[in-house]
Amino acid sequence: MATALAVVRAQSLFATAMLSGVFSLLSALLLVVLDAVDVAFTEAAVGAGISTVLMLGTLALTRRFESPPSHSPVLPLFVVLVTGAALIYGTLDMPNFGSATAPAQVHVGPDYIERSVEEIDVPNIVTAILASYRGFDTLGETAVVFTAGIGVLLLLSGLRRRRRDKKEDV
Amino acid sequence: MRHHLILRVITKLLIGTIMLFALYVQFHGDYSPGGGFQAGVIMAVAFIIYGIVFSLDDVQRVLPPWVVHKMAAAGVLIYAGTGVYSLFAGYAFLDYAALSPHHPVHGQHYGILLVELGVGVTVTGVMVTIYYAFTSRTPILDDEAW
Repeated sequence: MATALAVVRAQSLFATAMLSGVFSLLSALLLVVLDAVDVAFTEAAVGAGISTVLMLGTLALTRRFESPPSHSPVLPLFVVLVTGAALIYGTLDMPNFGSATAPAQVHVGPDYIERSVEEIDVPNIVTAILASYRGFDTLGETAVVFTAGIGVLLLLSGLRRRRRDKKEDV
Repeated sequence: MRHHLILRVITKLLIGTIMLFALYVQFHGDYSPGGGFQAGVIMAVAFIIYGIVFSLDDVQRVLPPWVVHKMAAAGVLIYAGTGVYSLFAGYAFLDYAALSPHHPVHGQHYGILLVELGVGVTVTGVMVTIYYAFTSRTPILDDEAW
């Protein structure tokens, strides 16, 4: 929370990038506390590692300090407060943390836990679900990552190459 | 960054460890937290840190951009190819039992290993691709600029 406030307040974009890395690392710790080790792993590697590096890379392309805001912050603040209030109102309906009767615990969860040992025989049930029961989803995810990479390539390096080609034509 | 001696020495020591850890996360994902996605990111980090501490030219001599682009595509092909293989072997798409018809549980193991390998290769490729795309546009900063 304090880190998030510091991210908003900091004027130097370098500090902002670093603080958002810290924020990711802290949320990774939070996920470890919640026993979601696989997700925490991803958050630490992607959020705190790669995206900080990419932000620094972007920073080197632009200026290093925030430009002064050009309009009053009242409307954005109002939108953020309303959205936040709606989200908190939504959590009131959620089952208590660790509740045995939560929908997540009674729907397909027990089925996976019971069957994965004899069907897949992989101790890490998360892997078993991701790669085997939900193989289609993971294939889609991989395709999404691939598409994202192609998108960045087209946007960032394709343009430059074309310009160079034109120069050679001249 | 010619004069950051400590950074360069420590990075050289760390890169091997990071890659080893990536391989561990990749192939031990069945038993411990992690899997292709995390391993791919860690493997990419090993190259990116080399690129940061040394230079883009150095890392692109180790891993040229065209190899990275092929990697990103090859991972998806490995994944989808596993599915297509099981299709031709007379099973459902991505039914890993096809990989070892006499022992379906072993088939699941091979299948998960292959599929995770596909995910890992793609993620490494894409992450390094994005890094290259960003940094190859950057004017080279001297140390004083930071």
